[in-house]
Amino acid sequence: MDRISISTIIMVLVLIFLIGPFVVIFISSFGTQEFLSFPPQGFTLGWFKKVISMDMFKESMKLSVIIAILASIFASVLGIPSAYALSRYDFMGKRIVETFLTLPVIVPGMVAGLTLLRIFVMMNLFSIKTTLLIGHTIIVLPYSIRITRTALENLPTDIEEAAISLGASKLKAFFLTVLPNIKTGIIASFILMFIISFNNVPISLFLTGPGVNMLPIVMMSYMEYYYDPSIAALSTLLILLTFGIVILSQKLLGITRYM
Amino acid sequence: MAFLELRKITVGYDKKTNVLENFSLSVEEGEFISLLGASGSGKTTTLRTIAGFLPIRSGELIIRGKIYNNIPPNKRNIGIVFQNYALFPHLNVFENVAFGLKLRRMDKVEIEKKVKEALELVGLVGFEGRLPSQLSGGQQQRVAIARAIVIEPDLLLMDEPLSNLDAKLRVEMRSELRRLQKELGITTVYVTHDQAEAIALSDKIALLNDGKIEHFGTPEEVYNNPKTLYCAKFMGFQEFLKGKVVDFEGGYVVVDHEGRKFLARTSEDLTIGENVVLLARRKNFKPAKKETRNTLEGRIISRIFQGDTVLYMVDIGYMEILNVEMELEMGMLKEGQSITVCVEPKDCIAFKI
Repeated sequence: MDRISISTIIMVLVLIFLIGPFVVIFISSFGTQEFLSFPPQGFTLGWFKKVISMDMFKESMKLSVIIAILASIFASVLGIPSAYALSRYDFMGKRIVETFLTLPVIVPGMVAGLTLLRIFVMMNLFSIKTTLLIGHTIIVLPYSIRITRTALENLPTDIEEAAISLGASKLKAFFLTVLPNIKTGIIASFILMFIISFNNVPISLFLTGPGVNMLPIVMMSYMEYYYDPSIAALSTLLILLTFGIVILSQKLLGITRYM
Repeated sequence: MAFLELRKITVGYDKKTNVLENFSLSVEEGEFISLLGASGSGKTTTLRTIAGFLPIRSGELIIRGKIYNNIPPNKRNIGIVFQNYALFPHLNVFENVAFGLKLRRMDKVEIEKKVKEALELVGLVGFEGRLPSQLSGGQQQRVAIARAIVIEPDLLLMDEPLSNLDAKLRVEMRSELRRLQKELGITTVYVTHDQAEAIALSDKIALLNDGKIEHFGTPEEVYNNPKTLYCAKFMGFQEFLKGKVVDFEGGYVVVDHEGRKFLARTSEDLTIGENVVLLARRKNFKPAKKETRNTLEGRIISRIFQGDTVLYMVDIGYMEILNVEMELEMGMLKEGQSITVCVEPKDCIAFKI
């Protein structure tokens, strides 16, 4: 009895701790005052209108979404074959590759950002947008590999052999029997990668340049000069969007088992 | 020339060790062959070699007189039934069975006709729209068989296809498999560790041990006249005595054990003075009445009632505990009771040690 009530209390505290800030932001985004306050006074949807109509946010939002989608696509294209190789074959240096591939998860974003900055920006190899795309792809790649690999490991290996014995080439066997069965895992990884890329600050901070603005960076710099609830309104929109995506994909695919 | 021939084949998984070495086997057209053996004996390796999933290091794999060594597995036209069925989870029964036909670019009408025939053959008409997860183990098994035979393979390979089924279904499926194979006349190689299954199904059994064939023969031969000691033990004979060959008598060998004489048959060339071990099946021990030869005395240490028979564990003060299975008609004997059993010479085999 004691243990149950204690764990219940802890769980409630954790939930408050996790959800509390969102609630605060959500409520304050409706306030009529010119500065962010909690609890807010009055009620208005004006901040939402303002945020939606501001070019600064619109443009950077567009770029962030495009980068997030492209980075997730590239990471999937690289990640799915890597995950396949890691789950199906034993090769020299497999452990090293595994460790290497998880590095972007472990290495702090600041360090990764700085390293990428040195490599790409200093060497002036690519345009800023390309550099951002490469940086984001690297950051999200491990998630593609890890989630796809989990999905692959839950799939018996002999269904591929069955397909081959029925006349399929190895490649065909993969596309006809493996891919359809790890589809859910791939979509789950895509959603996770999208969210991670979209929210990423350090990489974008380091790799961004004149005229190129990613949404989180724009939000940060906006907050330095203005303290009105429009940022809260924007955050509320983003939280609802993310929440919507996760709920929808969970309902349709049950993706959380891969995360 | 045999339909399927493995000539001195050597294969292995890692670089250092060969699982099969100079392995030879030949199968006639239409035959049902079982590869029987314990785990690690190389039976599945043999199957995978025939299927083309393992590269052949040396030797030749010949089907219909053609060397298959370098033909990729997807071009071999071999049907395979896997141990855990390996059905495609995202496809329904119809699509699973039609998979190989679609790859062969057959037209739709013909595919439908062939799938229907195959499902009729395994008794699964009406299940076309179901997913594998909505089928019982036995039904999944049938789909796997239909999928393998619908492509009209030159050869059918089965890897312990019944081992995931419950005991009752396994016996039912046995006769079904046998019927199917005879009906279609497909040359079949069947892998199993279950000797009863191999005996019931096969035209011939290859008993494997440590990558080598110990005995290749008809079920009757392998069951009654195992060639080697390993074979005999695998086929259910138990060792009960060691002794010396002292004489030959009417086709039997006479073995002396501490002054007592035992008669046994043998498939080996034995000479007088050689040390041998005697084996017999547990059900061939009978209570001794007047016999003077081939008798053993012991004490019952425990018993298991099995319905029609009783299994006694008898301590004969030598080697392992003797298992004796007796008909119930003489009533149950008690634990601790002394017993004298005998075994007829024809049920007793001697092997060199």
